[in-house]
Amino acid sequence: MTFPEIARKLQDAFGDAVVEVKSEGVPDPHVKIAPGRIHDIAAALHGDPDLRFDYLMCLSGVDHGRETLGVVYHLASMTHRHKLTLKTDLPAADPKIPTVSDLWPTANWHEREAWDMFGIKFENHPDLRRILLPEDYPGHPLRKDFKVPEFYNGMKVPY
Amino acid sequence: MSVDPTETANTAPLTTSTGRKLRTEEMVLNMGPQHPSTHGVLRLELVVDGEIVVDVIPHIGYLHRCFEKHSEAMTNYQQVIPYCDRLDYLASMNMDWAYSLAGEKLLGIQVPERVEYIRVIMAELQRIASHLLALGTYGLDVGAFTPFLLMFRDREKILDLFEMTCGARLLYNYIWIGGVSHDLPPDFIPKAKAFCRYFRPNIKEFNDLLTFNEIFIKRTASIGILPADVAVSYACSGPMLRGSGVKFDLRKDDPYSIYDRFEWDVPVGTGEVGTVGDCWDRYMVRIREMEQSLNIIEQALDRIPQGDVRSAIPKRIRPPAGDVYVRSESPRGEIGFYLVSDGTASPYRLKARSPAFVNLSVCPEICRGYMIADIVAIVGSVDIVLGEVDR
Repeated sequence: MTFPEIARKLQDAFGDAVVEVKSEGVPDPHVKIAPGRIHDIAAALHGDPDLRFDYLMCLSGVDHGRETLGVVYHLASMTHRHKLTLKTDLPAADPKIPTVSDLWPTANWHEREAWDMFGIKFENHPDLRRILLPEDYPGHPLRKDFKVPEFYNGMKVPY
Repeated sequence: MSVDPTETANTAPLTTSTGRKLRTEEMVLNMGPQHPSTHGVLRLELVVDGEIVVDVIPHIGYLHRCFEKHSEAMTNYQQVIPYCDRLDYLASMNMDWAYSLAGEKLLGIQVPERVEYIRVIMAELQRIASHLLALGTYGLDVGAFTPFLLMFRDREKILDLFEMTCGARLLYNYIWIGGVSHDLPPDFIPKAKAFCRYFRPNIKEFNDLLTFNEIFIKRTASIGILPADVAVSYACSGPMLRGSGVKFDLRKDDPYSIYDRFEWDVPVGTGEVGTVGDCWDRYMVRIREMEQSLNIIEQALDRIPQGDVRSAIPKRIRPPAGDVYVRSESPRGEIGFYLVSDGTASPYRLKARSPAFVNLSVCPEICRGYMIADIVAIVGSVDIVLGEVDR
């Protein structure tokens, strides 16, 4: 299916949960959705035989500044060979979003990384631990407002 | 797989020589981060029931170098490329190319024809070099020393070609956004052709020495079986996915650059000596990919046109605001860069979706129920490079 067909199908099925559809003036067209509905929409994208997005290429956290974080899902279908970019915006004060790791097990590690780097809480995630940084690391360093601590475990950090 | 308590109750209790009862329980065994078979600093927490592995919990991040944070601090998009080199340091050409593709898509530019050919030649030579290292060290993991030496001998010849072109043997900084750093030296093409002629018969030698060696087959066949549906749900890619019998290669199925102009085939695992998706299949896909890469290189060397090796772009590029996800096929699978631009001269956000990171996440699934010694064979067959797992 082409991008406009997929976007229309999502709009028909989920109405207000689809916040924005943008295909012009950008290199990659995308659909922006309400974060609370991500699991329903992901389940539909994964399960619908016409869409069958069975391959989660990438899941990235983004800090948009202005107190907004985001999660971006890059999906592909091995069956139909089409692709889709899903975006969500979250408030930086309390970033929470349902996990999709039950649909795509590959999301497990990507979500742990987004938690590690951005502090995004993935609800119902089976094992939301830091993945790259040490467990006692202070803060989430890929946030734009992150300040490098002066000391870490008694070691001076800026050298 | 877990131990059923009723079953242990029914068997006769084990006793010591003095008649004291022995208790049995699962044990946690630490493997790594400094272990020769983990190919770097990977730590595996093995939960074992005797010699059988019940669960594997990988711990990564020992080589975390803040790649993504560094990229945001650069003052120029091109400055990120040396860092990309260090992602997958065994396939630096492919990493540079993947990042350059993302930058070029943001800018909306095409690169000259000659650049496309040079990039294909370099990427495929790099794929052979990377596979040679993967297969050689895999042989070492399961106890074969000679193939390792022969494969390193041949990899050296590829590194010589790279050194001739850009002066570096491991981290090239060669493929830039909009072109490559240097044109090919005059005698590159004859030397590369000579390498292809020299290398093709050696693949048969590897097969005789290692591939169809009975001990090697015993160690790898029907071990670490990864079914195709699990591979797709974990988003495995590269030889890991194709070893499970899924005929999917980004160079054919989501074509980029000029790969659609060459005649070549995508090898997949067939379960020749064991079960589809076992360690041997993943190994064999790499061997066969080297032959296909040779086919591509030979065609590209014959057809390479003359021309510029840089596009007319400014030194300090400022792509329009926007974001792209671009994926391409590295020796380990799908390397994707999610690049966000805010219109300034440095990336606003860069996420590297590294194939080894994703391939490693399936490890617990394929390790359960095998012996501890098999874990070495399984982890080796995933072909991880910790540089890109930890970034």
